[in-house]
Amino acid sequence: MITARYIKENYVRRLPSAFCPGCGDGQILNAIIRAIDHLKIDRKDIAAVSGIGCSAWIPSPYLRVDSLHTTHGRPIAFATGLKVANPRLKVIVVSGDGDATGIGGNHLLHAARSNVGITVIMVNNGLYAMTGGQVAPTTPHEAKTTTTPYGNPAFSLDVSRVVAAAGASYVARWTTWHMNQLIRSIEKAIMKKGFSFIEVLSQCPTYEGRMLNMDHIEMLEWFRKNFREDAEGIYKIGEFVDIEKPELTEELEKMIERVRR
Amino acid sequence: MINPGEYFVEGDVAAAYGAIRAGCLFFAGYPITPASEITQAMAELLPRVGGKFLQMEDEIASISAIIGASWAGLKSMTATSGPGFSLMQENIGYAAMTETPIVIIDVQRAGPAIGQASRPAQGDVMQSRFGSHGDYETIVLSPNSVQEMFDLTVKAFNLSEIYRVPVIILSDAEVGHMMERLVVPERIEIVNRKIASNFQETMAYGENLVSAMGRFGDGLELMITGSTHRPDGTRDTGTPEVQENLVRRLVNKIEKNRSSIEEWEELYTEDAEILVISHGASSRPSKGAVIRARKEGIRAGFLRPRVLWPSPERRMIELDSRVKRVILPEMSLRGYRMELERIFHRKVDHLPKVGGVVPTVDEIFTKIRSASL
Amino acid sequence: MKAKDIVIDRNLCKGCSICVHVCPKKTLGISREVNEYGLFYPEVVDLGSCIVCRLCELYCPDFAIEVVQE
Ligand SMILES: Cc1ncc(C[n+]2csc(CCOP(=O)(O)OP(=O)(O)O)c2C)c(N)n1
Ligand code: SF4
Ligand code: SF4
Ligand code: SF4
Ligand SMILES: [Mg+2]
Repeated sequence: MITARYIKENYVRRLPSAFCPGCGDGQILNAIIRAIDHLKIDRKDIAAVSGIGCSAWIPSPYLRVDSLHTTHGRPIAFATGLKVANPRLKVIVVSGDGDATGIGGNHLLHAARSNVGITVIMVNNGLYAMTGGQVAPTTPHEAKTTTTPYGNPAFSLDVSRVVAAAGASYVARWTTWHMNQLIRSIEKAIMKKGFSFIEVLSQCPTYEGRMLNMDHIEMLEWFRKNFREDAEGIYKIGEFVDIEKPELTEELEKMIERVRR
Repeated sequence: MINPGEYFVEGDVAAAYGAIRAGCLFFAGYPITPASEITQAMAELLPRVGGKFLQMEDEIASISAIIGASWAGLKSMTATSGPGFSLMQENIGYAAMTETPIVIIDVQRAGPAIGQASRPAQGDVMQSRFGSHGDYETIVLSPNSVQEMFDLTVKAFNLSEIYRVPVIILSDAEVGHMMERLVVPERIEIVNRKIASNFQETMAYGENLVSAMGRFGDGLELMITGSTHRPDGTRDTGTPEVQENLVRRLVNKIEKNRSSIEEWEELYTEDAEILVISHGASSRPSKGAVIRARKEGIRAGFLRPRVLWPSPERRMIELDSRVKRVILPEMSLRGYRMELERIFHRKVDHLPKVGGVVPTVDEIFTKIRSASL
Repeated sequence: MKAKDIVIDRNLCKGCSICVHVCPKKTLGISREVNEYGLFYPEVVDLGSCIVCRLCELYCPDFAIEVVQE
């Protein structure tokens, strides 16, 4: 039985976290830890990589594994180097929606395309939280943020669908309401040979809450009621891709063997 | 691979040979003239030594990937030119802040912007040292021949492993694309980083202000961040002393070890009144012009920093008392000039050549002669 | 299954009341005590009703609540 005490003793570097009260980022940390524990992977075989943003703090400093807290938008590229250099490592990237799809969108596409065997957990809170709630590629049309005071004139990206189209081996979307599904999904993603991607809708009570005019409990309720496997568009949750296909580091190793023979 | 012996290759290829001999096992890059030949050579050579090559989606991804690979314990390199080098600047600062050994080759071409893609220039001298924001230090090497593309690439790896800094090889299209004889020696000095066997060692700074480096996967629970951090990796962006201690050490580990890093070539400096200082491709005609000046009885001397940053400051100050004029032939309007004027406290006779061409012996000689009158 | 105790770590709890919201048995309630964030701590209103499902622990973003099984 995984208890809070067990988690704190084995997996968390320090607490309390810097997250605002009710922030979903702490729940996602909780979910990642439980998935790792269920899989019984030695912590030394896991590397966590993150960029810049509130969500980037989930692994660094809180998760007790080797962690690389990189520059804004680039964690997937750093993680690719780390994974290719040491394929034995299970490399988990935790990235914000702005980090992964705004400044770092190109790296996300190419990691999915090359099917490098890393796991990306993208925290979707619909905006740039750390910098004060500005519009992000995931912000809904017409939503008011600090840089769209008259409403967002642009349209939001369905990130999971894009990543699926780009060639990922595993793609799923959950919310912080769906903790058990999320944990099982993270387990599958970590064990997936190729590129795996999980989008987690997460409540940011401080800025997203203001944008949606909801508190964190209302947001969790919103997730519960509206995000369903039979819903449409961004509201559709579940596993979208789950396939096996050749993976980059393995292909590289094979090529090296061929060349050296 | 790359056995001892003689080769006849391009400068870019010689750099790739040097990397392989230095023990480089990871390369990530993005094609750009005039550095693509390095990338292509690494693509061909690395798999043959069991190393990994990746062509990434851009130069930001390339430098990110080599930093990641370095934390997995592999000697890592990328190669680029002006536009790509500009894109890499943020992560050069990241590598400096996280003390990650990496090697970056910038084969300079004429800028700004796209400029003259296949023409040589030396306009990245200041950028190579000051391109990323904030206070930090790098080491910058300046090869002027195919042989040095090899030798200095080996040296770049050694320095990056010793000091845990990004080391930049500032070449140019002329040196990168020239074909010359290369001798790969029997014995090559190779330095490997000190790998920490426990967490304590990652915080134990030696006399040279560098600590052993942890490696991902060894169970040390490393916490690496580009944010201001304490020696144990804990992010602390609010305590002034934490920032001060960190940044001062990052700067001092190069500054205080200057004498073991600096390297230069000199000729006829004992009694020189006119000192010609030059680096990279323009140092070749510069040296020729000094030799010609001597033949004509002009007391000219020649000094060429092989390590551009940190500059051979002490040596230049020694020469300053005797030297009447300092001439700097260079393929840039600014180049190394500010650094020399800082050291010599006077106006330097800059001989800038812009146009994507190397200055000629005649041009430099004429300048020396008029300075001697 | 019965709970012997439900411990709320006041150094960690941010008073978000997510645990109260997810508890299926209304074991937890919101106290009147304000914490340093200006939010209210949860409190145990009926220990006997707890079924040790640990949903509160699963959803707590701050590892602040722990159910001790009998
Ligand atoms: C190159 C660069 N540009 C801008 C920033 C400022 N910045 C820090 S975090 C951030 C946005 C983070 O948003 P997201 O990735 O969605 O993470 P969240 O905070 O919402 O979890 C920005 C723009 C930066 N650190 N680096
Ligand atoms: S600003 Fe939003 S995302 Fe950031 S810690 Fe606070 S609630 Fe969480
Ligand atoms: S969920 Fe955790 S932090 Fe929130 S009120 Fe309950 S115990 Fe406190
Ligand atoms: S264990 Fe279940 S029943 Fe008991 S307090 Fe927690 S959520 Fe309620
Ligand atoms: Mg966000």
